[in-house]
Amino acid sequence: MTTQVRTEPITVNLGPQHPSTHGVFRMRVTFDGEEIIDVEPIFGYLHRGSEKLAEERTYVQVVTLTDRMDYVGSMLNNQAYMLAVEKLAGVEPAPRGVWLRMIASELQRIASHLVAVGFLIQDLGAWGTPLIYTMREREKILDLFEMLCGARITNSYLRPGGVFMDAPEEFWPAMNEVLDELPPRIDDLDDLLTDNDIIFSRTKGVSILTPEQMIDASITGPMLRAAGVDWDLRHRDPYDYYDQVKFDRPLHTAGDNFARYWVRVQEMRESIKIIRQCEQLIEPGPIRPEHDDVPWLLRPPVGDAYAAIEHSKGELGFYLVSDGSISPYRCHVRAPSLINLTLLRDMLVGELLADMFVSFGSVDINMGEVDR
Amino acid sequence: MNSTFLDNSLFRNIYCYLAGGSDGCASRGYDTAILPAGFEWLAFAITAFIIINIVINAGLGAVIVYIWGERRILGRIQNRTGPNRWGPFGMFTSVADAIKTLFKEDIVPDEADRWLFNLAPILMVFPVLMVLAVIPFGVGTFVVDINVGILFVIAVTSVSGISVVLASWASGNRISIFAGMRSVAMLISYEIPMALSLIGVLMLAGSMSLGAIVEAQDLPFILVQPLGLFVFLIAAQAETSRTPFDLIEAESELAAGYLNDYSSMKFGIFFLAEFLATIVASMLIVTLFLGGWRGWDPIPSQVWFAGKTVLVLLFIMWMRFSWPRLRVDQILVLAWKGLFELTLINIFVTAILIAIWPDPGMTELLIMSVINWIVFFISVWLVSKLLRPSDYSAPTPQPNRPAYPVATDELPDEVAYTGGATR
Repeated sequence: MTTQVRTEPITVNLGPQHPSTHGVFRMRVTFDGEEIIDVEPIFGYLHRGSEKLAEERTYVQVVTLTDRMDYVGSMLNNQAYMLAVEKLAGVEPAPRGVWLRMIASELQRIASHLVAVGFLIQDLGAWGTPLIYTMREREKILDLFEMLCGARITNSYLRPGGVFMDAPEEFWPAMNEVLDELPPRIDDLDDLLTDNDIIFSRTKGVSILTPEQMIDASITGPMLRAAGVDWDLRHRDPYDYYDQVKFDRPLHTAGDNFARYWVRVQEMRESIKIIRQCEQLIEPGPIRPEHDDVPWLLRPPVGDAYAAIEHSKGELGFYLVSDGSISPYRCHVRAPSLINLTLLRDMLVGELLADMFVSFGSVDINMGEVDR
Repeated sequence: MNSTFLDNSLFRNIYCYLAGGSDGCASRGYDTAILPAGFEWLAFAITAFIIINIVINAGLGAVIVYIWGERRILGRIQNRTGPNRWGPFGMFTSVADAIKTLFKEDIVPDEADRWLFNLAPILMVFPVLMVLAVIPFGVGTFVVDINVGILFVIAVTSVSGISVVLASWASGNRISIFAGMRSVAMLISYEIPMALSLIGVLMLAGSMSLGAIVEAQDLPFILVQPLGLFVFLIAAQAETSRTPFDLIEAESELAAGYLNDYSSMKFGIFFLAEFLATIVASMLIVTLFLGGWRGWDPIPSQVWFAGKTVLVLLFIMWMRFSWPRLRVDQILVLAWKGLFELTLINIFVTAILIAIWPDPGMTELLIMSVINWIVFFISVWLVSKLLRPSDYSAPTPQPNRPAYPVATDELPDEVAYTGGATR
């Protein structure tokens, strides 16, 4: 005799106040047992109107707004915005300033990937220990930022045409010390995590995304490279002086959670290589153009410009429209966090509740950037 | 008077001080008698009350110390200082937390089934405290030594699974329901390997009484029963829902699991029961596998017992703080396909060895332990090989050889991806 047990799906609201939504993200999830059958992402809880606020500020003041979009990648945000402003205003940047901002943004990329990897492990349920290890390394990088510009998170280091302050003398030995210490630490992370059976069996084959799916959804960054698509703007469309440095693009073919995690770990090593080369190539000189050429109250000619960089999370682009006044007429942000989230439903449906936040964490989003 | 109670030195001293004229006491040389003859029942009640109070309070005190110790050690493992503000080495942090928990508002949600909601914490802490009654803490230091001790422990601890289900159901919270479903699946699955892993110990000791098992360990059973200890350690972690088996309160998934709607001291009682369960589990491991209170003079047996318990607790903490959580299906696979088989192998091998040497002396025990360790390594290796994902291939980046396809076109002087070997 067989008896049919009647079951029914259960809809649960997860977030915005949930320990692992990386901010204030909300998902209305329908479960069949532990299996996810539907996901409806709801966001906007951290909307601060950054794009609108930018229309009320001068071009230099907007830098402080970009800091607060992706607050674990401030330097990269600054860089993307500055590239757009320079393109709009036709500013020729000072070489030393460009090298400095490349160093700063690569350091920021390492810090951002450390956060992503650490929190991914946290979502897997480790009791904070690997997270604290990654945070410890990030602290050192934040100390370097403090030497560069006096701030740790909201740096506002970049200005049109360069940076606002040259690196102090003691910055270079301190940076070398950090860079010497980092590779063994990353190896430690590899030993503890990459070769860990639990992490491997939890992440392998979970939430697979195919390259076609991701290209259709215009997903970029480590997510795309984890599926084997060689798309890195530093290499495909070099900005700043990235055409003068050599680095590899780690690719994985699986496109699952493990691949996304693995690509981030390897990219940290590549960033170290880039910083080493920048350090060799940097020369003394002005850190930004003369004030007469690029005044604080910049008035770009009427027109528009789009510039994008390879952010730690994907392609971060700024689209600026100028009406000839001191503030942008329109400032649109192509935020990788938001666009990478668009395939969330495809990632999660069919997976288990336990893998839900791991997949979500492997996208590496930042709510400050999703909602802006 | 049942003479087993009188083996307990504390019980004997108090009871015989009150009723010295009774049979058991007179033969042991006690002559004081505060209570008149015929009031032995009153003496028994008073003595039992005192001893139960001592044991429960010692248990709760141990929890406070354990929480402090765990925080300090977690701090050290994580490159932090840990709590250090309240009292010497932050010792009073847990006390401050306990006081804070007591003064929080006690909320019962509207959706909750009030009666079951209140019953669940009691059901959670009660069995754990009852297990303390049968554990021998030292020579003559125990509450009662019943002859079905292990059976009692297994029977009583399975009640805590019910309390988790009750708590999650009574909260009327959908996220809590997940915790309830998981606890049904997990806690019940792990009861079986946990109980079966002890059968080897029973066969060797020839008794279910925990006191007799300690007496029988001329050679600690960790040497003779490595497979039993291995399974029991994992199953006990699962039963007390510590990481990597903390499915039912998986913080990153279910916020606080079945505890979501509990506040104030009801939450505190759950927390206390959980930590006490960990301590009791390590005490059981010490009793069953590490020789209990046995040690060398002049250090008192109670100190040996406490020291061994701390060692086991440290090991459990180390596991807890290093590993991520397993998924619910993987945990069940581990219980049914891994641990269950290991216990059967253990029972089989131990039974054969006992059949060969029915009354093992020290030499026979040593031979047994060698055979058992060989069996342990082979069977654990086999099971771990079977349970791994079939496409298991951890990426091993080698110098000058890309671990995964790396695009090297378009860039001049490109070196092949070195997998991070370059410094």
